[in-house]
Amino acid sequence: MSVQEVLPLNGVATGRSGQFRADHLLVAEMVKPGSKVLDVGCGEGDLLQLLETRGIDGRGIELSREGVNRCVAKGLAVVQGDADTDLVNYPDDAFDYVILSQTLQATRQPRVVLENLLRIGRRAIVSFPNFGFWKMRLQLLIGGHMPRTENLPATWYDTANIHFCTIKDFVQLCDEINVKMERSVALDLYGRPVPLNLPWWVWNMFGEQAVFLLSRGGGK
Amino acid sequence: MGSVKSIPSPAISADERSHEVDHPSSQVAHFGTEQPLRLDCGVDLSPFQIAYQTYGELNADRSNAVLICHALTGDQHVANVHPVTGKPGWWETLVGPGRPIDPKHYFIICSNVIGGCMGSTGPASINPVTGKVWGLDFPVITIPDMVRAQAMLIDRLGIDTLFAVVGGSMGGMQVLQWTAAYPERVFSALAIACATRHSAQNIAFHELGRQAVMADPDWRGGGYADHGIHPHRGLAVARMAAHITYLSDAALHRKFGRRMQDRDLPTFSFDADFQVESYLRYQGSSFVERFDANSYLYLTRAMDYFDIAADHGGVLAKAFAGIQTRFCVVSFTSDWLFPTSESRALVHALNASSARVSFAEIETDRGHDAFLLDVPEFFDISRAFLQSAGKARGLTLEDR
Repeated sequence: MSVQEVLPLNGVATGRSGQFRADHLLVAEMVKPGSKVLDVGCGEGDLLQLLETRGIDGRGIELSREGVNRCVAKGLAVVQGDADTDLVNYPDDAFDYVILSQTLQATRQPRVVLENLLRIGRRAIVSFPNFGFWKMRLQLLIGGHMPRTENLPATWYDTANIHFCTIKDFVQLCDEINVKMERSVALDLYGRPVPLNLPWWVWNMFGEQAVFLLSRGGGK
Repeated sequence: MGSVKSIPSPAISADERSHEVDHPSSQVAHFGTEQPLRLDCGVDLSPFQIAYQTYGELNADRSNAVLICHALTGDQHVANVHPVTGKPGWWETLVGPGRPIDPKHYFIICSNVIGGCMGSTGPASINPVTGKVWGLDFPVITIPDMVRAQAMLIDRLGIDTLFAVVGGSMGGMQVLQWTAAYPERVFSALAIACATRHSAQNIAFHELGRQAVMADPDWRGGGYADHGIHPHRGLAVARMAAHITYLSDAALHRKFGRRMQDRDLPTFSFDADFQVESYLRYQGSSFVERFDANSYLYLTRAMDYFDIAADHGGVLAKAFAGIQTRFCVVSFTSDWLFPTSESRALVHALNASSARVSFAEIETDRGHDAFLLDVPEFFDISRAFLQSAGKARGLTLEDR
């Protein structure tokens, strides 16, 4: 399956201005109101708070103690845990959606994590920075150094992001582990969706980040 | 060598202490022979009494009741001056006006556990059959027994569902037992610095404490009350050993280091040269003023026996299957008595049960005792958890 075959969301208002991050707004739009959601790598709970305003029963896992404690101090149901090691504790089908927002690239075993997301949740929503973004490519091609951007400012030696991928790579992984891509959106540098009618390589080139709504594929 | 000061005798007489045992300075619920307490050991305890304190008012919906469960050496005087020691309530940092558990919003209940010595029936109480102090004739009690007795008190107070059950250490064990035994009666649970079972190391420390009590000749096989004496030296040693487990190496070092007590040079004796020794002796001697030695044996035993998973076929998650209670689990980084790993095991079991759970580990060097101390991050978390649960419960938590 290629990105071209995947339908993006319609009528999603995004943008960097306002209270919430563009990818969070997009993720929130993908979740049906009234559902039960697990946010893996929930940071300081911004997405969970956004989901709460939409009547969604949200829970979170966060690696950093500071992040967890801030979430709990906001009254959110968040536990300290590691996506790589703690997802195994959750039973099958425990959630309607499991969200992994800007965290996949920081896991030790992205493939195992992805499989766990779709075991625990009937659907998964995954967003990640696209390493195929033109600015990344240009820095490597022309600058000859590991890319750094406004959203990914860490140097190569102190970044938590150990498994970067491109949109193309991610689609390939989904195909490999038989994951169905229900919807996908690439966001440009300004948090706007990349227009739908452009060919997939444009997404991979101009999408600064991507958001995928995934479900379990049928038997192969 | 100079004279060796041993642990001083208590300033408060055994009479003052024993008065609280049968006639506590708090409210008391009496349960007659028609309402026995069915104990895990197979005995029906009857009659018995539960001493308790309440703060605040029960609302019209009876939906704002918060039960505070006390730890090993605590009692019902959570937020008022203690009738024996004259000291402030043991959890006034968390409970009281302007605190996270504010009597303005909640009807707060705290009862002395069964087996205790501050007014609930225990080994220091009078056995109605013999007319003498129970002593070791008192049946061995468990954490589930304590909770069963609390449930009878809650029934007596006309409360169906508790808005929250809150406790640390042995109190946290009671919180977890409440959720395992009466999940539909607990809307939210705040379990602090505790575990779903007592570890081998903790049982070992308790055994050390009990042996110290029993090695005191004044213990008299548990029958000291009949002789008008109290094994205060043994109990003080037990308290000193236990107190070390409530602290941390870092906290002891920060507080005392190797500093000397009222002297510059060592006395070359076994006097309390070091501040840390003097502090421990004080902890030991002040404890025996307010606590009964046999009660200490019974309550430590209750903690030793605690193992929720064992009561559910060895699978902890089964204890919480399908539970709707909202949980908040809190641990402290330097707590080696109930380390974070114990809380994490609980959280994993709650996750496996799809329970709604928050879990925060708070960084502090103050050890297990941190839950009783002024730790602002802990208060912020407790307050937010209860406010969020209160919203879900439909409580009005704004200023009235």
